[in-house]
Amino acid sequence: MATGIKEQDRQDAVAGWLFMSPTLLILGVFALIPILFALYFSVTDWNGISPPASARYIGLENFRVLLFEDGIRRADFFKAFKNTAYFSLGVVPLQTALSLGLAVVVNQRRLRFKDFFRTSYYLPAITSSIAISMLFLFLYQKNGLINQVLEWVTFGAWQPLAWMSESQGLFHIILNWFGVTLRSGPAFLQNEILSLTIWDWISGPSIALMAIMFMNTWTTIGTMMVIFLAALQDVPLPVYEAAEMDGAGGWTTFTKITLPLVRPTLFFVVTLGLIGTFQVFDQIYVMSSGGPAKTTLTVAYLIYRNGFTNSQMGVAAAIALLLFIIIFTLTMLQRRITEGKPEEE
Amino acid sequence: MAAGTRVTSTGPTKTGAAKPAPRRDSENRLTARIRLLLSYGLLFLIALAFLYPFVLAISTSFKTLPEINVRPVSPIPQTFTLEGYQRMFALNVGRWAFNSFVIAAAVTVSTVLFAALAGYALSRIRFPGSRAVFLSIIGTMMIPGIVMLIPMFIILKTLGMIDSYTGLIVPKMVTAFGIFLMAQFFESVPVEIEEAARMDGANRFRTFFQVVLPLARPAVVALIIFSFQGNWNEFMHPLIVITTSQDLYTLPLGLALLRGGLGQNLQWNALMAGSMLTTLPMALIFLFFQRYFIEGISYSGVKG
Repeated sequence: MATGIKEQDRQDAVAGWLFMSPTLLILGVFALIPILFALYFSVTDWNGISPPASARYIGLENFRVLLFEDGIRRADFFKAFKNTAYFSLGVVPLQTALSLGLAVVVNQRRLRFKDFFRTSYYLPAITSSIAISMLFLFLYQKNGLINQVLEWVTFGAWQPLAWMSESQGLFHIILNWFGVTLRSGPAFLQNEILSLTIWDWISGPSIALMAIMFMNTWTTIGTMMVIFLAALQDVPLPVYEAAEMDGAGGWTTFTKITLPLVRPTLFFVVTLGLIGTFQVFDQIYVMSSGGPAKTTLTVAYLIYRNGFTNSQMGVAAAIALLLFIIIFTLTMLQRRITEGKPEEE
Repeated sequence: MAAGTRVTSTGPTKTGAAKPAPRRDSENRLTARIRLLLSYGLLFLIALAFLYPFVLAISTSFKTLPEINVRPVSPIPQTFTLEGYQRMFALNVGRWAFNSFVIAAAVTVSTVLFAALAGYALSRIRFPGSRAVFLSIIGTMMIPGIVMLIPMFIILKTLGMIDSYTGLIVPKMVTAFGIFLMAQFFESVPVEIEEAARMDGANRFRTFFQVVLPLARPAVVALIIFSFQGNWNEFMHPLIVITTSQDLYTLPLGLALLRGGLGQNLQWNALMAGSMLTTLPMALIFLFFQRYFIEGISYSGVKG
């Protein structure tokens, strides 16, 4: 019997590794080795065109230029970082709140046409990001649908915008209403931090970037709503019935029952949102190529531009590494915050 | 499920016995009805916001360029034309669609097979080193796709896979998401079923292919649909793999490069025609297999 078990273990070991072998082979060649390569190329001056072997080792030069040397490279990197941060800060809360709200409304027991609603909200999520970007490029024209709807809603007061060519930042516009501009504002606004003026840092997302943010929210709401719906359906019906019998109103039910129950899902959705928004690329490629005035330049697009348009593969590899550190830190930070909060029992 | 158990511990105790007064009850019913009515209004309005852009894209694809200039938001073309589609087919959109299909299909078949094998091994077979394998797969999953852009290009260039089907297909054949989806599903299959098969003398491989895999049909179908959709829509990977050969363009790649090539002078009917040719197959698959999409997403959601 004992030898039988040993024989069994041996067979299992062989089977286990055999079953895993295609996966390990492909992950090894197309994930693990490339990562090591990229680490190496981030300390070289490779241009991406000449044979990789011709790349010259230049130490931490790429990182120094991006982070410590005053100049266009550092300005671009932090501009991209700033734009990406505004993008994320705008989109993540908005899409999370809207998708949770929609999920709660669609989840109502007596509601009919549920499938129709779910299908229509989810449709953008299965559509190619390129097709959607193309479509919104059309909608954002000066005589396009978005402007016409806004004109209609404001009874003609809305002045049509050429959305994708407006580089003015949201906070700059608001400050302007109060008469604050770079010239009239306090002098410290012109001080530079990391190659960008303080005035630049506080610009807020440009109108062009907000247009892409809105489109992004429109696209992702469906997926997140479905995730919330799955969580909501795990809540046993009697819980709601009991709450209703106790005379709890809609809002009380939401804050006291629904919200605590979907909390794990909520954090999952926020993490998904964070990771997603820090990678925005396709939409920028099609809609704006980083313009106008670099206000839609995201970190992801900057990586591509450096590597494939400017033939600075070494710099691109360095930015990619920095982006990984940023995303990793953010997710860890978010996890820490989540787990740090004591669960109310 | 974990959420469900927590409810019972924190949920309200049995206070249902204290019945509210009848008047209060009818009032409640009235507000409930108003709330439902408001919900319908809101939900239909939002549905319109999600659907109308698609309606507009379809109608624009059948409009003439002058009409698009004058009436860019009307849902029905005044003069119906196939100009946009003809332009797209002159640009070889058929070839792009063929490429997209072949690539998505090839990737999907291998993803499902490899994910099933790996997922089964990780959830059911006890083998030395499985923990390390598991952790390294989680590790690669945590690396965002955009970060892999440059590394992927470097390895493809080193292996001479730029501008080839191999370069488009092979790197995508394994996804951590697929492995976890399958592993999670296999966890839920009762061990007794396999044990019975193995008592009868079947080895691991036969048990897997003849007993376990057929049981995993829901997960397999969900993964097929997910993978096909994701690869059909994939843009970043073909963008870096294809540098010169236009014969290898996929639909999203061809479409995106077309927009760049046109500059400011955009032929909207052609662009919308291309967008709809890209969207329509996915929309149809979605309508037919909706249940599996939702299930697949739910799997990924539960994991969090």
